[in-house]
Amino acid sequence: MMIDQAPALIIIVPLFVSLVLTLAGSLGPRVAYGLLLCGMAGSLLFSLLALGQVVTDNQAIHYRMGDWPPPMGIELVIDHLSGLVLVLVSACALLTAIYSLRTAAEDNPDRLNHYYALFALLVTGLLGMTASGDVFNLYVLLEISALSSYGLLARGRGPAYYATFKYLIVGTIGACFYLLGIGYLYIMTGSLNMLDLAEIISRPELQDSVSIKIGFSLMILGVWIKMALFPLHAWLPNAYSKAGITTACLIAPLMTKVSVYIMLRIMFTVFSVDYIFDSIAWSQVVIYLASAAAVIGMITALAQRDLRMMLTYIVVAEIGYMTGGAWVANAAGYTGAVYHILADGLMTLCLFMAVGAVIYRTGQTSLAAMQGIFKRMPITAVVLVIGAASIIGIPPTCGFFSKFYLIQGAAQAGAWVFVAALLIASLVAAVMFFKMLEIAFFGDLKALEQEPGGGHGHGSHDGHDGHGALPAVARQEAPLSMLIPMVITAASLIILGLYTKEVVNYFIGWSIPAGF
Amino acid sequence: MDEIFHFIIGKYNYWASLVLLFIGLYGMIAKNNLMKKIIGMVIFQTAILLFFVSIGAKRGATVPIIEFGPDKLPLLDATAYANPLPHVLILTAIVVGVATLGVALAILQKIQRVHGTIEEDEILEDQRR
Repeated sequence: MMIDQAPALIIIVPLFVSLVLTLAGSLGPRVAYGLLLCGMAGSLLFSLLALGQVVTDNQAIHYRMGDWPPPMGIELVIDHLSGLVLVLVSACALLTAIYSLRTAAEDNPDRLNHYYALFALLVTGLLGMTASGDVFNLYVLLEISALSSYGLLARGRGPAYYATFKYLIVGTIGACFYLLGIGYLYIMTGSLNMLDLAEIISRPELQDSVSIKIGFSLMILGVWIKMALFPLHAWLPNAYSKAGITTACLIAPLMTKVSVYIMLRIMFTVFSVDYIFDSIAWSQVVIYLASAAAVIGMITALAQRDLRMMLTYIVVAEIGYMTGGAWVANAAGYTGAVYHILADGLMTLCLFMAVGAVIYRTGQTSLAAMQGIFKRMPITAVVLVIGAASIIGIPPTCGFFSKFYLIQGAAQAGAWVFVAALLIASLVAAVMFFKMLEIAFFGDLKALEQEPGGGHGHGSHDGHDGHGALPAVARQEAPLSMLIPMVITAASLIILGLYTKEVVNYFIGWSIPAGF
Repeated sequence: MDEIFHFIIGKYNYWASLVLLFIGLYGMIAKNNLMKKIIGMVIFQTAILLFFVSIGAKRGATVPIIEFGPDKLPLLDATAYANPLPHVLILTAIVVGVATLGVALAILQKIQRVHGTIEEDEILEDQRR
């Protein structure tokens, strides 16, 4: 039956699409686009099927690759948590794939096939990391997604090469730390399967083992580098802000969120609540780091003049929220962290898409590009406002509810620094977006036309190429292929917010680790 | 003194990979030339590969293929065989390392074409211009 194979098909479908796109040399751009859409839609379909099965049976699916029983064989585990993240990743990938029709073709006029092949390969890696139940398999998939993201980011050309190179060096250090950590765990336990590892580590004779602690530290450090937790975040803004529009929309929301998911997996599946918060008493330090990430990330975002730099610093701040939620050590904080993975994936996607559309139309990446967008691009502007509201945390958007859980968890744990950091970050975000909206409403359109420089983006594409100046109030809405995914994402922010209770009760509630 | 000596000699494989690890890390962080950074990265990765390979080594052990004794019965003595798993893992990790190296070199080539140099300070200067 197809449904029995769903866990494997989630990963195999985009992998297959990627291979076809690589090998078939001369596909037309439309065919390549269609193939990519099919692949992403297939992943989403099978993710939904698998999640549906998990919820109806109320137990995790353990899929044995090639029918080799664990702990020798590699298994894919889909439970409430990984099922949710799989749906998030494949949905975001599908939306970005739809969005890419114009931007990807114009950024990659010569080798669109290869661009899409890397796109599909990146999604394969992310989905595989989410579904994998084996720590070494996770490492390989981590590197697959990292390598394809280097390729995609370097497509941004010009300054993107150097930024990508730095990301490559830092990313490799992160992945190698993770690999070294696996080595320590393997020496002590002789196992690589997550559940088997968890069972062996929980034995009393290994509770005080220094090697296990070092293994844990190295793995977590590696994941922190990968997810750009403050102060290890320096690579992220540069690498992501120089990328092409489609690449930024794909990578910025997903890579970091999946890394956070991996941190949760390591903390609560491989290790346990007791081990993390009793044997390794780091939570105070990590909460301070997370608070610093949230506040400093948002303040740095406020200081940026470049739209994409601003968004990437928001990503850094959001990482702080999720890390803090995971380390306050209670059920509300955990719920907030997981819910925020979903909410932040969608709201980052929403903002990057809207800003991408503005950049696409104006050819500018500075804040000045926002001038008059309510007149020129009304739908994009509304999408941007919804995304901004969610980042600030205005109900009924999902950003409000995730922050509500995070603050609740922090207050229960008595982590007042984190509560303060969350509130300050929201305040700063509000100031930032009101500044942006002020420019959008009251900015002078004439100034935009005359402003020299800044326009090293993607150029203005159709309509006004010949006759220079923009007509003052002419509507220049983004093309339909960009509008549709944008509107869906914005709508999903509100829908997710309205159904918070259901999401928490039916999905996240079941994944709360024992011991909270 | 004797104890320290045993501490170092008894685990020399770990010490060797640790030293390589730090050489690689130093190269990646401190070197100004991007090619040297890549070399540092390769040393760093190799240190971890050697670490894994060394934990699978066993004196007097043979390949993990079941042998048959003179009475045609399989010799099922686990201590006589080496653990193949670390080596298999490392085969995969080597492939990952080679792929990373390839991507790094390709990007380096592009950097050289855009900026005309592979020295980090000169690239930063070029970007400011």
